[in-house]
Amino acid sequence: MKKIFKKSPLLLDPVTHYCPGCGHGIVHRLVCEVIEELNITEKVLAIAPVGCAVLAYDYWDFDTTEAAHGRPLAVATGIKRMRPDLIVFTYQGDGDLAAIGTAETVHAANRGEDLTCIFVNNGVYGMTGGQMAPTTLLGQRTTTCKSGRDKKRDGYPLKISEMLAVLDGVCYIERTAVNKPKNVILTKKAIKRAFVNQIEGKGFSMVEIISQCPTYWALTPEEAVDKIENEIIKETPLGVIKDV
Amino acid sequence: MTKNNQKDKNRVLMVGNHIIGQAAIEAGCKFYAGYPITPQNELTAYMADNMPEAGGVFIQAESELAAISMIFGASVIGERVMTSSSSPGISLKQEGISYLAACKLPAVIVNMQRGGPGLGNISPAQSDYFQATKGGGHGDYHTVVLAPNGSQELFDLTYLAFDLADIYRTPVLVLGDGVLGQMAEPVTLKPSFKHEKTKVDKSWALAQTKNKEPKVVKSLFLEYGALENLNKELKKTYDIIESNEVRAETFYIDDCEIILVAFGATSRICKKVMMTLRNEGLKIGMIRPITLWPFPKKIISDAAHKKVKFLVVEMNMGQMVEDVRMAVFGKSEVHFYGRTAGIIPSEKEIIKKIRSLS
Ligand code: SF4
Repeated sequence: MKKIFKKSPLLLDPVTHYCPGCGHGIVHRLVCEVIEELNITEKVLAIAPVGCAVLAYDYWDFDTTEAAHGRPLAVATGIKRMRPDLIVFTYQGDGDLAAIGTAETVHAANRGEDLTCIFVNNGVYGMTGGQMAPTTLLGQRTTTCKSGRDKKRDGYPLKISEMLAVLDGVCYIERTAVNKPKNVILTKKAIKRAFVNQIEGKGFSMVEIISQCPTYWALTPEEAVDKIENEIIKETPLGVIKDV
Repeated sequence: MTKNNQKDKNRVLMVGNHIIGQAAIEAGCKFYAGYPITPQNELTAYMADNMPEAGGVFIQAESELAAISMIFGASVIGERVMTSSSSPGISLKQEGISYLAACKLPAVIVNMQRGGPGLGNISPAQSDYFQATKGGGHGDYHTVVLAPNGSQELFDLTYLAFDLADIYRTPVLVLGDGVLGQMAEPVTLKPSFKHEKTKVDKSWALAQTKNKEPKVVKSLFLEYGALENLNKELKKTYDIIESNEVRAETFYIDDCEIILVAFGATSRICKKVMMTLRNEGLKIGMIRPITLWPFPKKIISDAAHKKVKFLVVEMNMGQMVEDVRMAVFGKSEVHFYGRTAGIIPSEKEIIKKIRSLS
């Protein structure tokens, strides 16, 4: 039989700690494939977030540091300014990037730091048990908004990608999803783009990836990918938000 | 040029905040991130002016949280790093200091203290002693705390801080105050002493081309016992620091009835008081802790006996006095005199307090 697909050697084989149907595994794979294809493994330094993906370094065969919750882009700034030869990327969730780390995110983007930000948005805090996130949609139920997110009480879902797009330091933002093969392919293309931009010294690039969290959406994996298709991307459409 | 002239060339008049900046550059600091707060702004401005020429990086961060995280990043790849602030800003930096300690990352953090709690005021204070010496942030850790009391020590101890940070892989705090930061005094811009161990292996750093295996810097340890192992390792390092790095200055402690204990700016006033009263025939001496952690417990304990009384003088409501009491352990009376909220105790007040003891 002809082998038409093989896993990137940069993606390691630990017993997964992610839930069945979780989108993180796909994004991990895509990041590894891109790094391998761009032949930058030796130069890559990753920053893992606080959140479900904190253990990302268990899956990756390249140097990684943790950062305090919300601070990956500040840590990345310190690294990249000191060592412009490195390819530095952050891997962050919605709570990390768009709530506790909003200031670090906005200012790293605004300074036009030559960084790549992989922003995995699943609309909940997974690691702590499914609380409301800045990106939780109106009406979506979480452990801290059991009757659904209410705009009066909880405010609106934060459109962080659109917010960042107005900043002059930002060169590229695209929103993608990993709910079906076509979107996975587009996500990989976007991730590659965000890394190439850094190699070319263009400024701040971010890919917002809508990712499924079946566990805290209280859905089966199949229902979760359908929810992205039928509900989430209606509210937050996929596509390039900024490209200069 | 004669040798003497050479020496003079390095002797300049400088404000304390600039001295710290120059010492850091001299020590090979390559990355500095700061955020405006009085009374340490001259240091941030000095780094902005001088880091690029020294081949280093200066960033004005968006917050203290970002500044400490930026130096975390530069330390991860093995560079010498520093940030500075004053009391309220140092409270914000505690998050990052705890992570630096947990990840065993060297870093120098300068606190030019001001009056607190809260926004307090912008006058000199020593009320962050507890925060500095007992850990400060969350978790089981210590930072080395150096307390200079004048221009040359601002230089020497800042320089030393970088060596200690590298040798022990730990954050090191330089604890000054508004007086020391703003005061101009002559200083020699070369360290007057050096730690015997200066070349340190940094093979733990990330993104080194010679690294064969990928490396991870982290502070999350979920497996049963793993975090306890880290804390035990840290404790082992702290024990070595406690036995090797205690520094203090003592005056007449073998021949006195009263021993003053003071650090930083307050020790300058107390020394003056001591000299005045000795000239009058009073048997008075002084212990000046230079390292606040590790604390000079043994020196204090050895000086304590029934016939001597201790007077601890601080610019706070009584913080170091607790450590002095612990060290004295009931062998002597321990008294306290302090002014707080940015008020500096005068010689007259201290002398009055001393007279009330005898
Ligand atoms: S909680 Fe959600 S995001 Fe976290 S691992 Fe499980 S499915 Fe993935």
